[in-house]
Amino acid sequence: MARFAVRRTFSMLLVLFAISVLTFLIFQAIPNGDPAQRLAGRTSTPETVAAIRRTWGFDKPIYDQYLLTMRNIFTGKVISYTQEVNVDRQIAQDLPPTLSLAIGAGVIWLALGVALGLLSAVKAGGLVDRGLTVLALVGISTPVFLIGAVMLYVLAYKLGIFPNGGYVGLTSNPLQWFTHMLLPWAALSMLFIGFYSRVLRSNVLDAMNEDYVRTARAKGISERRVLVRHVLRNSMLPIVALWGLDFAATIGGGAILTESVFNLQGVGQYAAQSIGQLDVPPVLVIVMFGSFFVVLLSALTDIVFALLDPRIRLS
Amino acid sequence: MLEVEDLRVEFTTDEGVVRAVDGVSFSLAEGEVLAIVGESGSGKSATVMSVLGLTRAAGARVQGSARLFGRELVTASEHELRGIRGAEIAMVFQDPMSALNPVQRVGDQIAEQIRAHERGLSRAQVDRRVVELMERVAIPRARDRVRDYPHEFSGGMRQRVMIAMALSCSPRILIADEPTTALDVTIQAQILEQLARLGEETRMGILLVTHDLGVVADIADRVAVMYAGQIVEDGTLDELFYDPQHPYTWGLLGSIPRVDRERPERLPAIPGAPPSLARTPHGCRFRPRCPHRFERCEAPPPLELRLDDSPGHRDRCWLEPGDKRRLRLVGGQVGLAAGGTVIA
Amino acid sequence: MSALLEVEHLVLHFPVRGGILFDRKLGEVHAVDDVSFTLREGETLGIVGESGCGKTTLARCIVRLLRPTAGQIRFRGQDITTAGRRALRPVRSQLQMVFQDPQASLNPRKRAGQIIGGALRLRGIRGPAVTERTRELLRRVGLDPEHANRFPHEFSGGQRQRIGVARALAMDPSLIVLDEPVSALDVSIQAQVINLLDDLQDAFGLSYIFVAHDLSVVRHVSDRIAVMYLGKVMELSPAEELYVKPVHPYTAALLASIPVPGPRENRARPRAVVAGEPPDPIAPPSGCRFHPRCPRATAVCQKVEPPLVEHAPGHLAACHHPLNLTLDDDRAVDGAYSRAR
Repeated sequence: MARFAVRRTFSMLLVLFAISVLTFLIFQAIPNGDPAQRLAGRTSTPETVAAIRRTWGFDKPIYDQYLLTMRNIFTGKVISYTQEVNVDRQIAQDLPPTLSLAIGAGVIWLALGVALGLLSAVKAGGLVDRGLTVLALVGISTPVFLIGAVMLYVLAYKLGIFPNGGYVGLTSNPLQWFTHMLLPWAALSMLFIGFYSRVLRSNVLDAMNEDYVRTARAKGISERRVLVRHVLRNSMLPIVALWGLDFAATIGGGAILTESVFNLQGVGQYAAQSIGQLDVPPVLVIVMFGSFFVVLLSALTDIVFALLDPRIRLS
Repeated sequence: MLEVEDLRVEFTTDEGVVRAVDGVSFSLAEGEVLAIVGESGSGKSATVMSVLGLTRAAGARVQGSARLFGRELVTASEHELRGIRGAEIAMVFQDPMSALNPVQRVGDQIAEQIRAHERGLSRAQVDRRVVELMERVAIPRARDRVRDYPHEFSGGMRQRVMIAMALSCSPRILIADEPTTALDVTIQAQILEQLARLGEETRMGILLVTHDLGVVADIADRVAVMYAGQIVEDGTLDELFYDPQHPYTWGLLGSIPRVDRERPERLPAIPGAPPSLARTPHGCRFRPRCPHRFERCEAPPPLELRLDDSPGHRDRCWLEPGDKRRLRLVGGQVGLAAGGTVIA
Repeated sequence: MSALLEVEHLVLHFPVRGGILFDRKLGEVHAVDDVSFTLREGETLGIVGESGCGKTTLARCIVRLLRPTAGQIRFRGQDITTAGRRALRPVRSQLQMVFQDPQASLNPRKRAGQIIGGALRLRGIRGPAVTERTRELLRRVGLDPEHANRFPHEFSGGQRQRIGVARALAMDPSLIVLDEPVSALDVSIQAQVINLLDDLQDAFGLSYIFVAHDLSVVRHVSDRIAVMYLGKVMELSPAEELYVKPVHPYTAALLASIPVPGPRENRARPRAVVAGEPPDPIAPPSGCRFHPRCPRATAVCQKVEPPLVEHAPGHLAACHHPLNLTLDDDRAVDGAYSRAR
C-alpha cells in the first residue's frame, strides 16, 4: 500500500510539473503579439506595459520567463491590471462560495445518486424504476444554467420562497447561508445525481447476478445485509473514483455556470468575468490552481480506491 | 431427511417458457451421498437451487414438494428459508474465485454465516470457531490466513474455505454443485476425499451435483441421472454403473475415455445434442438421439421400477430388460451403439 | 517420417515487475523451462499437466503467438524462433491453432461462413471457390453447410468448436496445435469432437499437438504424450505405455488421482492423494521440481535436477527414482502409495 501511494504521488508531481509548463506555454509563450500588452489588458498605459515587461521578464530567455511566471503565481504577486486588484487576494475572497457550493453539492449528489440508483435497481423494471430513469435523464440532459434560471424564476422571483441569488457567508449567518445555497446545490447536483444513479443502478444489477451474491444468499443472511455488505460494497467502488474526479473538476472551475446564474461571486464566476473582460492574469492563475487541484484530488482518489479494493492494494 | 416429490421449475425467457426441472422426485437419507448427474441443460443445478429457494431471485416458478424433515420448503416464506439456508442445508458452489466476495476477508465471510444463525456468540467465540473450521479443512496456518482475501489463496484452498464456510453451522445436508470442476485433478482428489470423510464424521447427507461420472464413482452411494429436466435413471452406485438401464446412461458411460481400460478404436459418442428446454421433444425426450427407439417411444415413459430384483432402481425406458442387457454392449463394453439418424 | 517440428531447450520466462518508483524486474515466472521434443509428420503429441505447468504457454510459443526467451523452434527445418512477421507468413498457414473456449475464440459479429471464408481468402482463394470450399469444410466437420449464415451464438458449444476446427483446416495446415479443445464441452460432445479430430487426421494427413489437463482425454488421440510440471517435461512416452507403466512418480500420481467411472475399480486401485499444492512458478523448488510432494523423494532429489533421459525405448523421464523399470519397483510403488492412502 505504501509503495502504491509513493508511486502515485511521484507520478502526480510529474504531472503537476507538466501542467505548469503547459499553462505557461499557452498563456505566455505561444500566442502572437506582445505578451506584456496582453497582460495589461484593455486599459493600459505605456508605463504599465513596460513595468509588466520587467515583472514578467518578457525580455529575458524563455526559461527565465517560466521561472518568473511561476514565482509570481505562487508568491501571490499576480496583479490584474484592468481591475487593479491582487489576483490571489481576490481568489481567496471568492473561495468560500465555491467551496460551499462544491462540497455541499458533492455530498448531496453522492448520497442521492447512490440512494436513487439502489432504489432503481432493487425495483428494476417497475414503475418506480422507470420514473427514476426519466428523472435521471432529465437531470443529465438539462443544462445547469437552464435548471438554475428556471428555479430562480419560479421559486425565488415568483414564489419568493428562496432568496434571489447571491451568497451569504457561513460564519456571518448560517441560516441565510443555507437558504442561499439550497437552489445552487440543487441545480448543480441534478446532472450528477442523474448520472450517478444510472451508473450505480447498472453496477448493482450486474453485482446481483454475481456468484458471490448467490453464495451470500445461500448462507442465510438477511437480504438487507446481502444488499449492503455484498452488492453495494462492490458496486460503489467505481462511484468513489468518479466522485473524486467530478468533485475536483467542480472546485477547479466546473461550477462556473452555476455560480454565474446564482451570482455567488465564487472563483468560477470570477474566471467568467475575467474572460469576458479579456483580463488575462486571473485566468492564468485560476487555470493553474484549478488544474493542480484536479490532479491532486485524482491522485488522492486513486489512493482511496486502492484502500477500498484489496485486489489492487495487495497485488 | 429430504424428500423431493414432483418438483417443477419454470422460467419465462425470450424463447418462451423453459421447464428447467420437469417432475423430479428423489430422497436423501442421513449419512448418504446422492449424486445428481447430468450435462449442461439437464436441470441438475436448477433442481438443487430451487430446493433452497435460490431460484426465486431469478424469477422462477417452483411447484411440487420438497420436504426437509417433514417441513415443506417450496411454499415456505423467504424468512423461514433464510433460517434453513446455511444452518440446516448448506451449499458449496463451483468456482470458488467467483463464489467468494472478493473484497471481504475470508474469516469475515465465514463469521458472517455463523452470526446469521447463532446470535448469542461473542466476537472471540466466533473468531475461535472460524479458525477451528479452517483447520478442520486442512488450511495451513489458519490463524494467520483468517485475515486474507480470496485472491490470496490458491484454487484448492479457496474451495476448502467454501467448505469450511458451509460446515460452520453443522448442517444436516450439504449441497455441492460441481465442487471440483474448476480444480486440478490432484487437488480434486484431495477435496473429494475430504468431503467424503467429513460426511462420514458428521453423518451429513450430501447432495452432489456433477457431470463427472468418475467423481460419482468415487464418493456417491446413490445416483440419479438427469436429462432434459427429468430423471431418466436412478439407483445405487453399483446398480447404475454395472447394470445401467437407460440408453442415455449407456451413452454417458461409453463416451468417457478411461485411463484404466484398453483404448477403444473409436469412442462411442452420443449423436446430436441435448434438446432446448423451451421445446422438449414429445414422447421420450431422448428419442431423437437414441439408436434403439421404437414405436412405443412416442409415448412419454414414466420413471418406474422395471426390474424385479432391484427395488430402488428406476428408469424411463420402454425397452424390455432383456433387450437392454443385450443392446447396451458395444464392442464388449457398455456404450451407445452408432447409427440412427438424428431427428431434429 | 521426417521431423515436422523440432523444439530444443525452449525457455519462456515472464518478467515480474515491481518496485517503489520505477519498475524493476523483481523475478521471473518460469513458465516454460528447457523443453525439448520432436514431432514427426502425421504424429499426435499430447501435452498434459495441471494448471500452471506451462502447457498453454508452450502451445502459444510453438505457433509463435509468444516469443521465446531462449531455445529454438524449427518447423520443417526452418528456424522460426525469432523470425519476424514477414518471415513467418508462409509458415503461419502451415501452423494453425484451435483454442479452448469456443465462445471466446470466434468473432461474435461474423457469421460462420465469413469466419471460414476469411481464412480462405488469406490463402489467396477468391470468388465462388470461397463459398464452395466453405461449404465443404463445414460438411467435413459435421456441420450443415446451410448454417453458414448463422452467428456463433446460434450454435451450441460443440458446434462452435467444430467451426474453430474448420477455420484451422481452411488454411490447409500441416500441424494443428489444439489448446484444451474439449475442456469446455459436455462429456457427450467431447467424444464427438475427439472422433472428428481422429477422422480429420486420417483424411488430411494432419499432425496434432494436443494440449489438455485431462489424461483420459489425451490418451485417445495421442501417439506420444509429454507430462509437464512447473515448466518442465517430467515424462515423454508412447501413449499406451504411459498409462500402463508410468515411469515418473508425478505421472503415477496423476493417474492415481483420476477417479474412473467404475466404483469397484476405484476401490481396487491404489488411489493416492498427492499432498500439498503446486508451488510458485516464480520460485520453483531446487533440484527436482516435484520433490516436495513426491513420496519417493530423497536427499539427491532436493539438490540435483534430474535430466530427461531414456529409461526404456522411446520412453523418457526426468527422475532419480523412476518407477516400473524392474519388478521390485512395482512392488515399491504399491507400497508407497497404499501407505499414503
